[in-house]
Amino acid sequence: MQFPILTLITFLPILGMVIVLLLPKERIRAIQSTAAIATGLQVLLAVLIWAAFDTAKTGINDVATMQFVERLPWIVIPETPWFGEIRIDYFMGIDGLSMPMVLLTALISFLATFSSFSIKKSVKGYFAMFLLLDTGMMGVFCSLDMFLFYVFWEVMLLPMYFLIGIWGGPRREYAAIKFFLYTLAGSVLLLLVMIGLYFSTVDPQTGVHTFNMIAMMDPANVTQGIFATVGSTARMLAFVGLFIGFAIKVPIFPFHTWLPDAHVEAPTAISVILAGVLLKMGTYGLLRISFPIFPEMTLYFQIPMMILGFVNIVYGALCAMAQTDFKKLIAYSSVSHMGYVLLGMAALNVQGMTGAVLQMFNHGTITAMLFLLVGVLYDRAHTRGLDEFGGVYNKMPVYSFLTVIAFFAAIGLPSLSGFVSEAFVFLGAFQTNKLWTILSTLGIVLGAGYMLWTFQRVFMGTLPEKWEDVLDDVNGREIFTLVPLAIIIIAIGVYPSPALNWMSASLGHLVDLVNSSTAEVLFSAF
Amino acid sequence: MTADTLITLALIVLFVPLFSFVLLLAFGKRLPRQGDSIATGLMFANLALAVVVMIGTLNLPETDPVPGFPNEPAQASITWVDFQSSITVFGQDIPLRIELGVMLDPLVGIMLVVVMIITALVHLFSIGYMHGDPKYHRYFAYLGIFAFSMLGIVVTNNFLMMYAAWELVGLSSYLLIGFWYEKPMPAYAGTKAFLVNRVGDIGMWTGILILFTSYGTFRFDKIFAYIAAGQLPFGSEAWLTAAGILIFMGAIGKSAQFPLHTWLPDAMEGPTPVSALIHAATMVAAGVYLVARTFPMMSGGALIVIAAIGTITAFIAATIALVQNDIKKVLAYSTVSQLGYMILALGVGAYTAGFFHLVTHAMFKACLFLGSGSVIHAMHGGLHHIHDHDTDPQDIRNMGGLAKKMPVTFTTFLVATLAISGVPLFSGFLSKDEILAGAWAFGSLTGDIAVLIPWVGFIVAAMTAFYMFRLVILTFLGESKRPDIFEHIHESPLTMKIPIITLAALSIWIFYSFNPISAPSGWFVKSVKTPVTVTAGNWYNLAHGEAHGADMVEQDAAHTQDVLEGEQVQGTIEHHIGIAANANQEALEHAMHEAHYPAMITSVLLALSGIAFAFAMYRRRMINPDRLAARLRPVHTFLLNKWYFDEIYEKWVVVPGVHLIARMMRWFDTYVVDGAVNGAASITRLQSHVSGLFDKWVVDGLVNFVAYAVGFFGILLKKTQTGRVQAYLAFIITGVVVLVYLYFYAII
Repeated sequence: MQFPILTLITFLPILGMVIVLLLPKERIRAIQSTAAIATGLQVLLAVLIWAAFDTAKTGINDVATMQFVERLPWIVIPETPWFGEIRIDYFMGIDGLSMPMVLLTALISFLATFSSFSIKKSVKGYFAMFLLLDTGMMGVFCSLDMFLFYVFWEVMLLPMYFLIGIWGGPRREYAAIKFFLYTLAGSVLLLLVMIGLYFSTVDPQTGVHTFNMIAMMDPANVTQGIFATVGSTARMLAFVGLFIGFAIKVPIFPFHTWLPDAHVEAPTAISVILAGVLLKMGTYGLLRISFPIFPEMTLYFQIPMMILGFVNIVYGALCAMAQTDFKKLIAYSSVSHMGYVLLGMAALNVQGMTGAVLQMFNHGTITAMLFLLVGVLYDRAHTRGLDEFGGVYNKMPVYSFLTVIAFFAAIGLPSLSGFVSEAFVFLGAFQTNKLWTILSTLGIVLGAGYMLWTFQRVFMGTLPEKWEDVLDDVNGREIFTLVPLAIIIIAIGVYPSPALNWMSASLGHLVDLVNSSTAEVLFSAF
Repeated sequence: MTADTLITLALIVLFVPLFSFVLLLAFGKRLPRQGDSIATGLMFANLALAVVVMIGTLNLPETDPVPGFPNEPAQASITWVDFQSSITVFGQDIPLRIELGVMLDPLVGIMLVVVMIITALVHLFSIGYMHGDPKYHRYFAYLGIFAFSMLGIVVTNNFLMMYAAWELVGLSSYLLIGFWYEKPMPAYAGTKAFLVNRVGDIGMWTGILILFTSYGTFRFDKIFAYIAAGQLPFGSEAWLTAAGILIFMGAIGKSAQFPLHTWLPDAMEGPTPVSALIHAATMVAAGVYLVARTFPMMSGGALIVIAAIGTITAFIAATIALVQNDIKKVLAYSTVSQLGYMILALGVGAYTAGFFHLVTHAMFKACLFLGSGSVIHAMHGGLHHIHDHDTDPQDIRNMGGLAKKMPVTFTTFLVATLAISGVPLFSGFLSKDEILAGAWAFGSLTGDIAVLIPWVGFIVAAMTAFYMFRLVILTFLGESKRPDIFEHIHESPLTMKIPIITLAALSIWIFYSFNPISAPSGWFVKSVKTPVTVTAGNWYNLAHGEAHGADMVEQDAAHTQDVLEGEQVQGTIEHHIGIAANANQEALEHAMHEAHYPAMITSVLLALSGIAFAFAMYRRRMINPDRLAARLRPVHTFLLNKWYFDEIYEKWVVVPGVHLIARMMRWFDTYVVDGAVNGAASITRLQSHVSGLFDKWVVDGLVNFVAYAVGFFGILLKKTQTGRVQAYLAFIITGVVVLVYLYFYAII
């Protein structure tokens, strides 16, 4: 039995939460420190995982090459009516697909903790919820058992509801309920497919049904129940259902409207988490569950997914252009940037897939930085109206310089990380489908359009008098949250190879896995 | 000098400006004089190094015709990204990885020196010009990042790095145009420049996607070798042409060609030295360099598009320059027009001429812009002295007679003007003559509508001479139109005079060819040889080209093998074609040689008549320009408004195409997509409300009814419980009687 590092990294925040709950609520410093230490240790563990990670191992559908695997019987009921013997494992492990997400989650949670220090209202409750959320997110990326995956998926929902609903802006209740119900609707689809898969899959070792995702990926194990026949309508419906379930999280058009509301109302740190980590869970779910378990349906729906990717890119960018609220603009830019992820993964080749996963990571860092930056301005001015500002550059030079980095990373300027992943996505997607890729390049102009227009309105020109005494440049704490992200953005932009080495073996394997299945392709003419 | 040393030196040249950028950005405020002298010193040292590199590249061995390269380029690559996978290229699996690398040949060497000359001199000039600016150190830092990215475009050996550096110069251009972002116009102009360029970049990027998808590499030499071997993108000539035109779209944006030229005149909002460096001499020439670099893979269809765009641009911009009153706007449109010339030259196959004009134009146009900077600086000083903050210091209608006050500026400006007008003994004469000879040859070889190209070329030459001398006369000669300002005009300081004197000197023929009327006998034209095209269908399929020796086929195939390191290419060599096209190029060169003197005489006559016309109108007043303008009112207004390009784009593209659609999308998103979500929520709530009513009145109503009924009967029956024995006895008797009755009559 090796050291259970994944369990530790997942449940460390819960430990922090318990300590926070035991502390008296007046001891704000102690509560904040506890959260910082818990998430800080989490970063440390993530770095250890990174250091010990073997980039040559493929993982995905092969349990032998999964790393840091922990597997214990969790729920064992020998005999039940209808279900027969139930065996659910506590089964964790990571591969090149989940490793970047583990790193991202640890990093973003840590930085968001510091950004949360500006929260003044019931600090104890806030950090308790925040740490619970952290556990839920980390658990999702570490689980290899679908039941466990689902549990973490739902665990994350509850604290998010309260974090938006209690610590949010004026319309927080509406946004929180919308987020909660929308995501829950997606969860229902996930649950249905999960149960269907359970009854279709037999664990070759135990001979009973299983929630083991890796077992589900081998058609030899999926021999009973409704999903047994490859290419069947049931499997098609399951793929579509799962897709919608995950699409809500990404979010993919037309399931995206919870996002602007949630972002606008959520406090800065929660927006950061939402954009930095939560959105990735949708695309991660597609790659971890939908693609390898339903490879023939992935192929079948390849072109529709690319079209949706295009729609996300262009539609998100156009919507962003028409916004007057800084946060809403960034929220829609997320919709646009996540479209690249979808476009890249649907290309189903190594370049596209690598681009997609790298884009997940890069979007996590870039958009987290953007939301932190908006938060800095909002903390001072208490408004986010783009037209109320101007000339911020001269008043806040350090802040503005960091904004330039984040903006141009989002625009996809070479030498910053956004370009690398977008370029790979385009390289991959063009090989698969020329038309929708060429149309998607519109995003290159539109993305620059709304970003630079925003920059012009907020940072250039002259400063309105009312902000003269209000806007001070970034303080030490804010610099501490922003600079690490800027460094990562530049480092990956200049030399992405180390980051790509984490994932290339796994993603190459995933691409082969999907492409080795045979299926007709829907809309192949496009 | 070995190739490795050369490459090391070139890399130092590349990274010195980046060092300058980082140094000044991080410590600029704390450095002595905010780091201006450090930056300037670095740039001059870098220039010296660049000259060494150039000499090295000029001595590179000539090759047997390697597809696309007249000289064996010195190259070095590193693997930037390895996908640990493979890609199928024409039936062969090659490793999927991305290489970054540098490449040196005479083209690169010359560009390095050109970029560094202008960069170093502009640094020096800026010390005086930008003196006292609150963002002084940031300005010099931005110049550093610009030089770095511009050199990146030049030294790269692949399309990806080219694109990356391309975007980075876009960034530095954005930062420098919008340097005075407190004012609304520079802020707007910077954004506009970046966005208009991005439109072109979409095309360039798509072209690169086509090439990478087909060949699995970004490297120029490998791609040329594949094409030379007849392996076309997606197997068709049309895709090759498409790739060529799409890549050229990048040049349309960056080199401000029609229809994306509108950003460049607005870019004049930036500091004037920046206009000289970026928006006249170097960055805008990057598009020309791109076309020169990719010239070997441009198919006939692509080249004709390039020639047409160049011709249209040269003409439109020259007409606009005729009537502008802002000194920098005249020069800006002149730049657009001259860039059109270069593009035109490359399109007609006069490769060397196009690149030659890039170099000579860089010198004299930088001189003109810095000269105008000197004038504006002086005007600014004058206006400041009389506390006039409303008069435009750039309007030539407020100038006149400045030659007396600023003799150095005037002399250098005049030299550069003579150069751009194509007057003999100056550099512009040599290069422009080559272009016109090329256009002439092209026209006579192809016939048809292509004859228009040399015609337009000559008309533009006359117009150029006219508007440039109009500018010189109105600015420097005659009487001052504003004596109040004129009184306080002073010649610029030495740091500003040295650069313009240097650049004026470099506008003289001697630096390019000892023979003042024959460019081909000079070192420049001899060093920059036209590369052998690798495409099959060249623009003028002359009969004799086909008949050229088949023995070269084998030889070229062997080279192709070498370049691709045996990664591919078996069979299909029959398709190999470079030869016929090569013969076509020889035919063009022959025709150019024949056209040389007729073209020269025509162009000199036209230039002189343009100059004479300018003197007649603005100096001798034989023709009143105002009356002429009044007579040609519609034309004059049309030109003054720059053919209404900005208005058309604003009214028909930006507003309806972007803002309106964006607003429609926002509406759609709020009311339709989100409306559906909220609608679903409302329906659910309505339904739950109905359920609630049902529950309250029907389900619960039933429960309550039962309870009520029980209670009612309870109350009713309670009345029988009177407590009187007689009543109970009466009930019992009645009961017994009823039972007895039932027993005997009803039941039996």
